[in-house]
Amino acid sequence: MAPVGVDEWVARLEERRERRGGIVGRALAAWDGVAPVWRLVIFAALVASVPFLTDSDFVVRVGVNTLLLAMLALGLNIVVGWAGLLDLGYIAFYGFGAYTYALLASDQIDVHLSSWLAILIVVVACALLGFLLGLPSRRLIGDYLAIVTLFFGQVFVELVTNLDRVTLPGDDEPVDITGGPNGIAGVDPINLLGIEFLTPTDYFYLSLVVLVVLIGGLYLIDNSRTGRAWRAIREDPLAAGLMTMPVKRLKLLAFAFGAAVAGLAGSIFAALQIGVFPRNFETPFLILIYAAVILGGAGSITGMLAGAAVVGISFELLREPDEASWIFYAGILLALVITVRPWTRLAAVLAGVVALGLALHAVVGGIWPETVAGSPQADWTFSSAIDGWLLLPEDPRTIGNWAFVALVVLAVWLSQAGPRARLLALVPLVYLAAFVWENRLMLDPSVTRQLMLGALLIVVMNLRPAGLFGAKRIEVA
Amino acid sequence: MDFFVQQLVNGLTLGSLYALLALGYSIVYGILKLLNFAHGEVYMMGAFMGYFTLIALGGAASPAVPVALVLVLMFLAAGLSAGLLGVAIERFAYRPLRDAPRIAPLITALGMSFFLQSTALLLFSADVRNMDTSELISPATGIHAGPLDISLIRILVIVSAALLMVALARFVAQTKLGKAMRAVAYDREAAEMMGIDVNRTIVAAFFIGSVLAGAAGVMVGLVFDRVWHLMGFTAGLKAFTAAVVGGIGNIPGAMLGGLLIGLAEAFTAGYISTTFQNLIVFGILIVVMLVRPTGLLGSPAIEKV
Repeated sequence: MAPVGVDEWVARLEERRERRGGIVGRALAAWDGVAPVWRLVIFAALVASVPFLTDSDFVVRVGVNTLLLAMLALGLNIVVGWAGLLDLGYIAFYGFGAYTYALLASDQIDVHLSSWLAILIVVVACALLGFLLGLPSRRLIGDYLAIVTLFFGQVFVELVTNLDRVTLPGDDEPVDITGGPNGIAGVDPINLLGIEFLTPTDYFYLSLVVLVVLIGGLYLIDNSRTGRAWRAIREDPLAAGLMTMPVKRLKLLAFAFGAAVAGLAGSIFAALQIGVFPRNFETPFLILIYAAVILGGAGSITGMLAGAAVVGISFELLREPDEASWIFYAGILLALVITVRPWTRLAAVLAGVVALGLALHAVVGGIWPETVAGSPQADWTFSSAIDGWLLLPEDPRTIGNWAFVALVVLAVWLSQAGPRARLLALVPLVYLAAFVWENRLMLDPSVTRQLMLGALLIVVMNLRPAGLFGAKRIEVA
Repeated sequence: MDFFVQQLVNGLTLGSLYALLALGYSIVYGILKLLNFAHGEVYMMGAFMGYFTLIALGGAASPAVPVALVLVLMFLAAGLSAGLLGVAIERFAYRPLRDAPRIAPLITALGMSFFLQSTALLLFSADVRNMDTSELISPATGIHAGPLDISLIRILVIVSAALLMVALARFVAQTKLGKAMRAVAYDREAAEMMGIDVNRTIVAAFFIGSVLAGAAGVMVGLVFDRVWHLMGFTAGLKAFTAAVVGGIGNIPGAMLGGLLIGLAEAFTAGYISTTFQNLIVFGILIVVMLVRPTGLLGSPAIEKV
């Protein structure tokens, strides 16, 4: 049967596409043959083995964060990927969930509910909030919804930052509800089935179990009546309405459902961090979730997991100079391998980059020795090679800024230029990118991570809107 | 009474700035049906360009050229660079997605906004810059009579914003390019068949909107003395709200909406509390959507199938 929202010609696209040969093709075919349940089991087993393979606390922490990110990506996918609604306040539901859990299980207002009850209240409250927020958006059309939700996200952060001195009517003393900029500390750990979750490893397994249950549930929903209806209203709300689908109600349902998932993730986060702070729920994290959804391919469950894994892990690794260097140079090489064909041309470009660097290093470094007086920021395998290849001024900040501007201009120009100019300009572009990376971006890793997220959204949307695993949307006029 | 007048002046200043920004949103939205999130960042970049022009001319305390020329150069530099930035954004990020599903350009716009914000953070650091306007133009000048207490710079801002808006309205109503813009907004395909260069028209819309944003950025820097990398995001959000309140795609509506939001914000700050400014604006947005979703001056949208 053809999936909803696609006509037969498009639906058969996959069949017409030739099966890939070789080991990869056979592996893919074998993977396709495995029943969904077993795929989920294999996934869970692989992830569950991670804490056994390492004693590093850092790895487990990155793991928990990535699992939470995967949960949020799955929740956002319901709204954005399935129902096609742009919810830019998603982070506020996460925050609302975290804050509600923190209020219900800490000394803040001296309530300590049992974890079951607290999480249940959080999930229901988040779903209700999502429902309420969805109501006023005029017919829930994309842009109006986007602006209302984005505004909501901002207002949420502002509210929790300021609700620390609220004067209630009939009470002279100001009441502290959210702890203001200091947030709420001392949140109770989650306690389920007699197990108290204390260490990051505990939360790793808790998140994994929740994630697996969530994946299972979402898989069933995806193939249910509601799931098909969501995809139908995404493709064409008008036609769906004519088929007597309750479009408005379906949109609100998607909205509430996504919010509930965010609330669930939020309560785990609050318990894991033993506290909640307004800073956790600002726009950069929203962009991170979107990056995971977009990269993975909106609409696909597998895509969400892959997107969250790639974005979550690399985002954490970019903090460390050595790993960041690996990611950067490997990323550039990968991009070149994918885009430059045939291999002779690729070899020419790579040789050109190396030759250009060596020549510049010899000539410019010979005339002005101070341009090579610096050293690479990271101390990794190829540091000395880079030192001999790249111009590294002693005080790189200013020149790095200008080089960054030049790089952006060059990249924009390159995207408009013809194929021949593009190939020729590729050599200086790669060199310039490396120059900017070593001389400027490495100095401010946190800013660099934000820049990369923004750029990722733009580039993925322009080059491959379907992401890694999303279904290609073909417009049939 | 004095306090009320002061808030009124505040509101008018703020409102004319929002109106300038809202116009940019409204023009682009009218033509492309695209919510250009990066517009607020263009405004922020304009403010920075104005600031750096001021510094290059010797700073507020000892300008190398007459004060009037400093102001003109600041507006020119900011407007021009913001305009070019807007055009570059359209060309690079939005044009390839013009026929993509609606959600794709929106996400790109979000990414662009975030990218520009981080770029400003990288290039200019997180410091809040002061234009030190009081040294450039003495606060003693202007109207100070009875309850009125308006500095010259505020008068300048309100008047020049009003002039820009009138100029834009006449431009759209009377020139050939303005007519082309309205035609493209009404029906892009039909306009193309009538021989209108759609790409050129869209580029013009982005350029004009961004020039206005750049000018608004300099004005904000001059009046409120704060230029920093996060100034664009909330301001853009509020300006878009203003455009929605006035009726999106409608030029007088954008002006009206901007003034309303500015006044609402100033009076909230003056009489209730500064912490709830944004909440009030959000409340207005919700109420308008519930009561009159097409905005105050908007005509009801009929969906074409």
